[in-house]
Amino acid sequence: MERETIIRGKAWVITDYKGNPIKDIDTDMIYHNKYLGITDINEMGKYAFGNLSNWEDFPLKAKEGDIIVTGEGFGQGSSRQQAVDCFISLGISAIVGESFAPIYLRNAINAGLLIIACPTITSNVITSDILEIDLENGIIKNLSSNKTLSFKKPHEIQMEIYRAGGLLRL
Amino acid sequence: MGENLLKKILKAHTKDEVKVGEIIWLDLDIITARDFGGPNVVKNFRKAYPDQKVVDNKRIFFTFDCNAPATTIKYAENQQTIKYAENQQLCRNFAKDQGIKVFDVNRGIGTHVMIEEGLALPGRTMVGTDSHFNILGSVGVFGIGMGDIDIAFAFRYGKIWLEVPESVKITIKGNLKYPATSKDLALYLLKEFSTAKLLGKSIEFFGPVIEKLKLYERITLASMATEMGAVISLIPPDNSVVSYLEERAKKELPTIMPDNDAQYEEEIEIDIGEIEPMIACPYKPDNVVSVKEVEGRPIDSVFIGSCTNGRVEDYKMVAEIVKGKKVASSVMAKVVPATKEVFNQLLKDGTIDILNDAGMIISNPGCGGCAEGQIGMTGTGEVQLSTSNRNFKGKQGKGETYLVSPVIAAISALKGEISLP
Repeated sequence: MERETIIRGKAWVITDYKGNPIKDIDTDMIYHNKYLGITDINEMGKYAFGNLSNWEDFPLKAKEGDIIVTGEGFGQGSSRQQAVDCFISLGISAIVGESFAPIYLRNAINAGLLIIACPTITSNVITSDILEIDLENGIIKNLSSNKTLSFKKPHEIQMEIYRAGGLLRL
Repeated sequence: MGENLLKKILKAHTKDEVKVGEIIWLDLDIITARDFGGPNVVKNFRKAYPDQKVVDNKRIFFTFDCNAPATTIKYAENQQTIKYAENQQLCRNFAKDQGIKVFDVNRGIGTHVMIEEGLALPGRTMVGTDSHFNILGSVGVFGIGMGDIDIAFAFRYGKIWLEVPESVKITIKGNLKYPATSKDLALYLLKEFSTAKLLGKSIEFFGPVIEKLKLYERITLASMATEMGAVISLIPPDNSVVSYLEERAKKELPTIMPDNDAQYEEEIEIDIGEIEPMIACPYKPDNVVSVKEVEGRPIDSVFIGSCTNGRVEDYKMVAEIVKGKKVASSVMAKVVPATKEVFNQLLKDGTIDILNDAGMIISNPGCGGCAEGQIGMTGTGEVQLSTSNRNFKGKQGKGETYLVSPVIAAISALKGEISLP
């Protein structure tokens, strides 16, 4: 399976009610413990952000191909793969965040979900902006504001995993 | 320049050049899965590698600790039945097919079992589906928790890819004195570093405070590296830790220590002075203040256990405080020893009698009480003091969880409010 390395989608900036990016969103906010018994990925999407104040209806609003934009330390907490799978289930094409918890980052890469650390992302994107991520060149273009941001390109093995559609397909 | 502990361990387990920021393929000595995560490891394995064998069934273990014994829960809101029993059964059947040993329910928390069984030995590389697997840094093991895809891959190939993290040397000076414990040290460091400073890094702990820590105290400190966002915190094992492990492994162990002139990407020195007992307020582990600041707040329950504070010595500190006294009638006090071995020891030396006479509930060993879906949750508005490591919203029920040491949990249980001894 060969996948696109230029991805375009609409951004959802995960902010609090004041409009500030939420820091340290943990895996219980992303996908609560009580739904861990679910093993069918198609069932997982509807519980994404189910324990995150003001974002409980995210699964109803998100469209296939959308991009999640988050603040610092996204994915702290448990090692649950479901916290990544729920976004794959919704068809989210990428998560771009200021920084990620180490286990979450691995889990997303291994699941073949595009995950990009870009420290300046939240100050340059608002919800509904259209982003274009160029993986090969390490560039994010905000097509709505004409700004260009750069990020550290994924390592070759991470690109291989992404292209294969996940670690288990290598 | 000499090499730090992380670099030494990684170099012994890869053919690739170990350079910060670069990817290596890391050979694993031991691979584990628990009843949480384990079932999806099995499903992933069967789908990706049908009819294939695991890389080496002697290096792979299942540890059932999350739902021990299995509960059955049906959530009204989504009619979802949590199939804990079936999930464990799935792992047991897979283990039988593959000849993998299962440390089944009642043996205890996986990481602690690895230490007690002499499997977690200094210099080893180990992974598991427990996000607190880096607890094994307490005995000088490079242990990391990961998701079910990583573990399924490791079951098949015995390795993982790893971006070599930066190493941070943290030297702790000062005096850790009762009633402050290593839990208070861990909370103090969380307050100091929050979650961003050490994100994605490997910590190596040094200094007079660290050197004095006994194994159970090292376990407590290492367990909270996850909350600091670190990949691991390695504590170079001292003689007493090594002799404990040698006795467990029934063999002499080679020494593995960082060089005296080891190179680190960052060095931090902290003087903790004589810290006071600390407390993490809802709903973040780094929302830490001195216990004094919230003294007197009424509580509904305490939970004393988890991979952070579920060792024999933790309960002995509790017993010292509650001996001959009674838990306040308004408080439910829950005790869940980390392992069967801990439970047996407490039973033998009379500690359980003391806790029982004080009115505490003693449950079978495991992770019970730490996460929703297990036993012992709180209701809306209830206040719980917990010796565990996370107080996220909804983590231990609908109430408000504060993180404390066993000392603060015990004294507060007697008084019915957040208290200092």
